[in-house]
Amino acid sequence: MSSVREVNPTVRRIRAPTSLQSLAARITEEIKQGGQKPFRQVIDVSSGDPHRAGMAPISFARQVLAVCFYPELLKDERFPLDVKQRAQQLLGVCRGGSVGSYSLTSCGIPYVLKSVAEFITGRDGGVRSHPEDIIISNGSQKSLKMILHLMASGEGKTQTGVLTPMPCPHTLPALLDDNGLTLVPYQLMEDRGWAVDLDELHRALKNARELCEPRAIYISNPGNPTGHVQDRKTIEEVIRFAATESLVLLADEVYQDSVYGLEKEFNSYKRVLFDMGKEYSETVELISFHSLSNALMGECGLRGGYQEVINMDPAVKTHLKDMQAPSSPAVIQQLALEVMVNAPAPGDPSYETYSQEILHSQRTLSQNAQRACEFLNDLPGMNCQPAMGGIFLYPCLNLPPKVLNEAKMLGVEPDVLYCQRLLEEEGVCLGAGCENGQEDPNYHIRLCVLAPPATLEEILARLSSFQLRLLDTFP
Amino acid sequence: MSQHAANGFASRVKVLNLDNMNPNVRKVEYAVRGAIVQRALQIEKELKEGVKKPFTEVIKANIGDAHAMGQKPITFLRQVLALCTYPDLLEDNKFPEDAKQRARRILDACGGQSIGAYSTSQGIECIRQDVARYIEKRDGGIPSNPDNIYLSTGASDAIVTVLKLLVCGEGRDRTGVMISIPQYPLYSAALADLAAVQINYYLDEDKCWSLDIAELKRAVNAARQYCNPRVICIINPGNPTGQVQSRQCIEDVIRFAEEEHLFLMADEVYQDNVYAEGCKFHSFKRVLFEMGPKYSTTVEMASFHSTSKCYMGECGFRGGYMEVINMDPEVKAQLTKIVSVHLCPPVPGQALLDMVVNPPQPDEPSYNTFMKERTAVLADLAEKAGLTEQIFNTVPGITCNPVQGAMYTFPRIALPQKAIDKAKEEGLVPDMFYCMKLLEEEGICLVPGSGFGQREGTFHFRMTILPPTEKLKIVLQKISEFHIRFTREFS
Repeated sequence: MSSVREVNPTVRRIRAPTSLQSLAARITEEIKQGGQKPFRQVIDVSSGDPHRAGMAPISFARQVLAVCFYPELLKDERFPLDVKQRAQQLLGVCRGGSVGSYSLTSCGIPYVLKSVAEFITGRDGGVRSHPEDIIISNGSQKSLKMILHLMASGEGKTQTGVLTPMPCPHTLPALLDDNGLTLVPYQLMEDRGWAVDLDELHRALKNARELCEPRAIYISNPGNPTGHVQDRKTIEEVIRFAATESLVLLADEVYQDSVYGLEKEFNSYKRVLFDMGKEYSETVELISFHSLSNALMGECGLRGGYQEVINMDPAVKTHLKDMQAPSSPAVIQQLALEVMVNAPAPGDPSYETYSQEILHSQRTLSQNAQRACEFLNDLPGMNCQPAMGGIFLYPCLNLPPKVLNEAKMLGVEPDVLYCQRLLEEEGVCLGAGCENGQEDPNYHIRLCVLAPPATLEEILARLSSFQLRLLDTFP
Repeated sequence: MSQHAANGFASRVKVLNLDNMNPNVRKVEYAVRGAIVQRALQIEKELKEGVKKPFTEVIKANIGDAHAMGQKPITFLRQVLALCTYPDLLEDNKFPEDAKQRARRILDACGGQSIGAYSTSQGIECIRQDVARYIEKRDGGIPSNPDNIYLSTGASDAIVTVLKLLVCGEGRDRTGVMISIPQYPLYSAALADLAAVQINYYLDEDKCWSLDIAELKRAVNAARQYCNPRVICIINPGNPTGQVQSRQCIEDVIRFAEEEHLFLMADEVYQDNVYAEGCKFHSFKRVLFEMGPKYSTTVEMASFHSTSKCYMGECGFRGGYMEVINMDPEVKAQLTKIVSVHLCPPVPGQALLDMVVNPPQPDEPSYNTFMKERTAVLADLAEKAGLTEQIFNTVPGITCNPVQGAMYTFPRIALPQKAIDKAKEEGLVPDMFYCMKLLEEEGICLVPGSGFGQREGTFHFRMTILPPTEKLKIVLQKISEFHIRFTREFS
């Protein structure tokens, strides 16, 4: 029988997930089987998964997709005209008029690529986006995986490295491991709302050059999990840094539609790049990512996303585009992407409902973020930087020494132990900061605040109860 | 500052270039969507622009895409998906009760009752249970454990994951993977990408593409000189050859895998596509267990299935699963770990797969329509399989094995020496030269046999049997006429 020694060493080196998800699943199962717990059900807000938390999908999107799945519904009176028209248009670009056929080209359906390019062009004030620079994949995790895989080479000191923000999205460290890349951390400045610091970038890079061959810098803007929104000046600095230091820019902009901080706005890396003139816009290699897993659509389970590739070497780009040849992206999610980038317009029958739903989602997020941040800051032993965008809050834990000791004894990270106990005692599943790459003595927890307000209140109440009890027990 | 920057970053050297990119990625090719398809798309564009050609449309018989060729989706499957996507429809009395019941069950298993929530990375629990039950029923009651089921983004995703898991070692110890020639190019592409060693074993064209144990032994022994053979891949029913392996053959392969300590990967995505008299699909798992504990407790295996083929043809959903058998628990933990890195397979694909393994039962309202549609699709394919073999074998110079199963035909074509020489002149392999000419003259897009592998000195093409019967007849006729013309032109 094959033993674990014969498993791919790259796979063996992938860091294991924490036990929190499986614990949550186990407890949920126990409750289902009739087990008694101090709570009725587990509330899991550890991932950026608004639907799981109870938020509703966008009606227009779901109606269009339903009709695309089952075109008989074109005859159904319940659907408004624009839903039917859109569905017909989209079915028309599917081979055989069916969402069950393969994409014609492995980068995505040409019509959808065009819609995405038009969206980006509009968003960036006319800076042109070209369909041939867009690649659609089964989620931004897959899009990112393709780029990381493309860059992976060398071993040890010659291994390709990626400058990675600390904290980073909790799904990133294992992905870097999976593709055989070295994670080179650069610290975000917590006391400045998790801002990027140029000196820190230089320090991190200098350190990186001793350990590996840094080739890219990963940015998350709006920040996952920090909620920080980079201002134009910062973006320019980062671009200049990447240009001078020969780094490819990987810009994760999945939460671009969720900026709520006062006087804050989303600036795309691409737009700023082009505003900086030809010296940069014709040379800096930039890949930007977006997906259905954003706040407004929240369609994480559909798995759909795209990347826009700027200034990549043409021969390398061909290899990238061929990567999906044996397994093209799924169709329904491409159609969902089209709906995402091409929303109902004023005057369309669905526009009223659509804009109300978007507004409701944005308001909920903004109010929840503020409410939760204030609440958490009022709790002893917890400190939370206000978020400006994205869907997470990422408070800092000041853990009493006894908790740290218990964690050491049990061989788990203190923030994981905290989350475990919280889950067992209160049925709330949060994320632990070590999943976001942070190391001791920085302990944090991560929670998605895009949820129905009543759910958020429940979470805060349970968390507060737990925190107060913990500090009482471990003064 | 880097040297690159010291030269001024306006210099033309890219940060990410051919020299520092992943060297394995540079070596990957995938024939099914390769050069000939590019040309086909170009011709289609030209036709649209009004350029005159000897044909009015390009028939893309290169890729196994049933819906693209006009096959209709199965009503029940699509109804359930629509209900899952827009649950308001659960109040609509136009939907049958069995569809609604299944949709409700799936939604109950989704976070927040939405298919938009992430699922667990191994796949929704109740769907894995349904898959396990389906396998048990199919295999005469042999137990299947839902923990051994991994839902995936199409079978391709699962296949690549297992290959990645198993590739290790350097130089002479590098993992070798046995694949059949001709093969489905996903395998060769994945092996190149992983820098694993590809070990070719030739199927026997004269015996209807069957597997020959002597050939397997030859291949593995030769391979031991330069690598560490650890895996054998089988596609049954076969792609591109369409052969359906006999039970005896499957037993022989299992015995071989046991003797040589090989991990068996059984790609069974065409398991419902069996047409020929006297042919039957035998699942590798079933045969393994019926061979008794010497094999059933030791041979490590992964079986793959998907929603893309059979009677569903739902390639665009990317639904699939694998079942792993006798995997070391620590190795399985590693597998579960890789799978978690990719978050989860698309939920619509998981839902669709659930319908495939849990279709309407005889006492349910949708049963009659479902069976009617399913039977029609499979009967249609069977008819086309027979027609294809029959017509091609009337053409001197084309030798076509019976299309026992799957969706393709892989006939051997005799090419005159002059044609082979002309191809060489143009820098093309002979069957690519042939297929390109066919494309230009008749607007029919096939895939040259060289894309799948074939014995030295033989030439083939792969054609799908998916076009609607009337169109298929025309396609078969045109190819036949082309072949005769081609032979005459180059004699």
